Amino acid sequence: MNEVIAFISQPWPWYVAGPIISLVMISLILFGNSFGISANLRTMCSIVGAGKNCEFFDFNWKSQIWNLVFALGLVIGGVIAHLYLTPSTEVNLSAQTIEDLKALGIEQPGTHLVPMDVFSWQSLFTVRGFIILVVGGFLIGFGTRYAGGCTSGHAISGLSDLQLPSLIAVIGFFIGGLLVTYLVLPFLYTL
Amino acid sequence: MKFLRYIVIGIVFGITLAKAEVVSWYRIYEMFKFESFHMYGIIGSAVVIGIVAIQIIKRFKIKSIDGQPIHIHPKQFSIPRYLIGGIVFGLGWAMTGACPGPMFILLGNGVGVILVVIGAAVLGTYTYGRLRNKLPH
Repeated sequence: MNEVIAFISQPWPWYVAGPIISLVMISLILFGNSFGISANLRTMCSIVGAGKNCEFFDFNWKSQIWNLVFALGLVIGGVIAHLYLTPSTEVNLSAQTIEDLKALGIEQPGTHLVPMDVFSWQSLFTVRGFIILVVGGFLIGFGTRYAGGCTSGHAISGLSDLQLPSLIAVIGFFIGGLLVTYLVLPFLYTL
Repeated sequence: MKFLRYIVIGIVFGITLAKAEVVSWYRIYEMFKFESFHMYGIIGSAVVIGIVAIQIIKRFKIKSIDGQPIHIHPKQFSIPRYLIGGIVFGLGWAMTGACPGPMFILLGNGVGVILVVIGAAVLGTYTYGRLRNKLPH
């Protein structure tokens, strides 16, 4: 048993993770549902009563409980991976990426899953931290519903179903992502 | 308990994205810099297998485990909706380094401040809902 745990505690390569993601999507389809995590954000609005003054949130959110339970599973999966399956927090980045991050001004890139100086409560009171965490989060929530899906709904499910709208959305994801990576982040790291 | 299967699938997905470092801000940065095949391999292999699986489900009219016919609804065509919405999402994705799934997984990984990101995302979704009728779709 310990050998099994040691084996799966290594970082998982892409050819393990990709097929498992397909299996998750296929399982949800076979359960009669669909794979799309950002729908939960809309459900959360509905639960706290946003449907009273906005018809977009006026739907039977109880039909979406399965997806919230799935999201709860994500949190538990994170806990299990964190406590039992991740002996080293180091991220196996390419040498070039580590160089780029150092040039950006990030000290010791890749020693944790996220840059700890930004992902802390104190950083919310800095311009950089506020923009990355609060503005960034807001844009995700706004954009995903506007586009009708996030990475799971468009990049995985939509492309798997050969949906042209999903390809347009994924192109949009990359336009936005490249703008931030090449222009906004270098600016934020001069602050 | 009918929700048990969803929690199990969620746990599998959560462990997978954590162990493959998909939840790492750094991996998203690396992807947008095109400096590693890792993320492209994950998304690409998931899509290739997904295409085959969905074609099988459609061609053989496979039913859900409850015996219901499976409908995969085609998305209504539009360029502005998907392009503008997609760009806005992409801006946020590259900033936070987390799309909605990884947000929940990072919470489990003990990154407490991600709750603020989730809260801001809920607020963003609410704002979209309020402005929806004024936006091009």
